Amino acid sequence: MNANETDLLIVGAGPAGMAAAVTARSQGLSVRVLDDQPAPGGQIWRAIETVAETPRIARLGEAYRAGADRAAAFRACGALYEPESQLWQIEPGFRAFLTQQGRARSVTARAVILATGAQERPAPFPGWTLPGVLTVGAAQILLKTADSVPTSPVWIAGCGPLPLLYMTQLLAAGGQIAGFLDTTPRGRLGAALRHLPQGLGLLADLAKGLSWSLALRRAGFPIIRHVAELRAEGEGRLESLHYRAEDGREGEVAAEVLLVHEGVVPNIHAPLALGCAVSWHAGQHCYVPDLDSWGETSQPNVFVAGDGAGVGGAEAAEPRGRIAALRVAARLGTLGEGAAESAARPERGRLSRALALRPFLDALYAPRPQVFAPADETLVCRCEEVTAGELRARAVQGRPGPNQIKAFTRAGMGPCQGRQCGYTMAHIIATAQNRPVEEVGFYRIRPPLKPVTLGELASLDEREPAA
Amino acid sequence: MFRKLHDPGAQTVTIFIDGRPVPAELGESVAAVLLRQPEAWCRTTPISESPRAPYCMMGVCFECLVEVDGLASVQGCLTPVRNGMRVARQQGPRSLSA
Ligand code: FES
Repeated sequence: MNANETDLLIVGAGPAGMAAAVTARSQGLSVRVLDDQPAPGGQIWRAIETVAETPRIARLGEAYRAGADRAAAFRACGALYEPESQLWQIEPGFRAFLTQQGRARSVTARAVILATGAQERPAPFPGWTLPGVLTVGAAQILLKTADSVPTSPVWIAGCGPLPLLYMTQLLAAGGQIAGFLDTTPRGRLGAALRHLPQGLGLLADLAKGLSWSLALRRAGFPIIRHVAELRAEGEGRLESLHYRAEDGREGEVAAEVLLVHEGVVPNIHAPLALGCAVSWHAGQHCYVPDLDSWGETSQPNVFVAGDGAGVGGAEAAEPRGRIAALRVAARLGTLGEGAAESAARPERGRLSRALALRPFLDALYAPRPQVFAPADETLVCRCEEVTAGELRARAVQGRPGPNQIKAFTRAGMGPCQGRQCGYTMAHIIATAQNRPVEEVGFYRIRPPLKPVTLGELASLDEREPAA
Repeated sequence: MFRKLHDPGAQTVTIFIDGRPVPAELGESVAAVLLRQPEAWCRTTPISESPRAPYCMMGVCFECLVEVDGLASVQGCLTPVRNGMRVARQQGPRSLSA
């Protein structure tokens, strides 16, 4: 076998990718893992290997600490691991193109598991492009990878478990919080409670969330509830922010850093580029790939595992990775169908336990309607600087879809390729045309998945995989 | 905008941002170092030339584009620092050929 050929190509070295690699290796498959990050762990266990060696590990919590064993098992499993490599195209068959250290090359594989995780949901508001506005996830990554915290007391605005977790970690690290603008709409708890499952095991998760809330309340910073609208202002950088709550209360405060978070959505660019079918997930307000019970997409031998399959967190990501790897082993003949089935059974149990609390969390932290209806002046496409007002004006001329408006306005054509504006675009069109958002669809995603320079293309040695 | 909580000690390296030497720690990204600078922006946009700074830190927003050792449009949040690395803030349109 050529050095560039592998049985299984895994994209992403987070919980799902690592678990899939370990399982596939134990079933005798050759495995190659590509990841755009410099070290294994994904976002949840970012920099775990480095941080595990330092006293800092204590303040990041137990769930983070658990990543150290996973990374060690992954390192030892015998998969060919290629960090800092960016996948930008997969051709059927499969041939994958990637860039590493500014050089492009291609590799081949018989099956693919996409374990590319999730990104924070784009939540545009006026001023969100100012330096000083970052996501809560970005700040948490800075804490994990660079042991860095905001210089001055920081404003945090958002909804969901991540802001609560980050705030507790930040306080433990000695950082300071100016205030929390809680964007959870009024009445959510009542609506969510009917999704509360009967499982006792989940009480631990709920208790954890409650203990975060209590610790934060004790810390004494202002918590402003039911914030509906935000505006960031400043000359060349964030200087102040303005908020308005549901009941009309408003405030204007000085700010150097504002961290925002409105939940996470699966990364679907790779499945879309591969032609995999996706469907609207009403509970999570996003598209998810259509998958069978093994995580296989509508394209044979292309699997999606982890949060890319629908947001479920690390506990769901690992069984999903293992289940997909077992199926690949059965397909490639190193494991019998029956054996794969029985090995998958306990993993399916783990998966359904991990997902049991999801409908509750989805209902509790569903994004407020304003996330999808930014004011006209708001830049929706950060790359090409297209405002919500421009998109709205276009959306009522005829019945254009996201791809036509993309061609008219250039929204979605910049280097991020719609990762920041895709959902906002879909919602603006849906509202303007009075259609359900699931009917509007998403941008057509074409390779390359990431911008590729001519220099990188020129470095591509076409003879390589055929040799 | 951000500050580092510990002294990197033996892990300290020097990178150059627009020619100015700044301390960094092995293992952290170019974007993380930029966010600790008094001028924390990293590029200006091709259209209105407004300044942008790292936003997502995980490779999806492309706000952190910088020039690294002469190579343009490098995502600073995906690029670990190396001793002696030369980083330049990127101004205006990205170059397709570099
Ligand atoms: S900060 Fe978003 S891609 Fe680097």
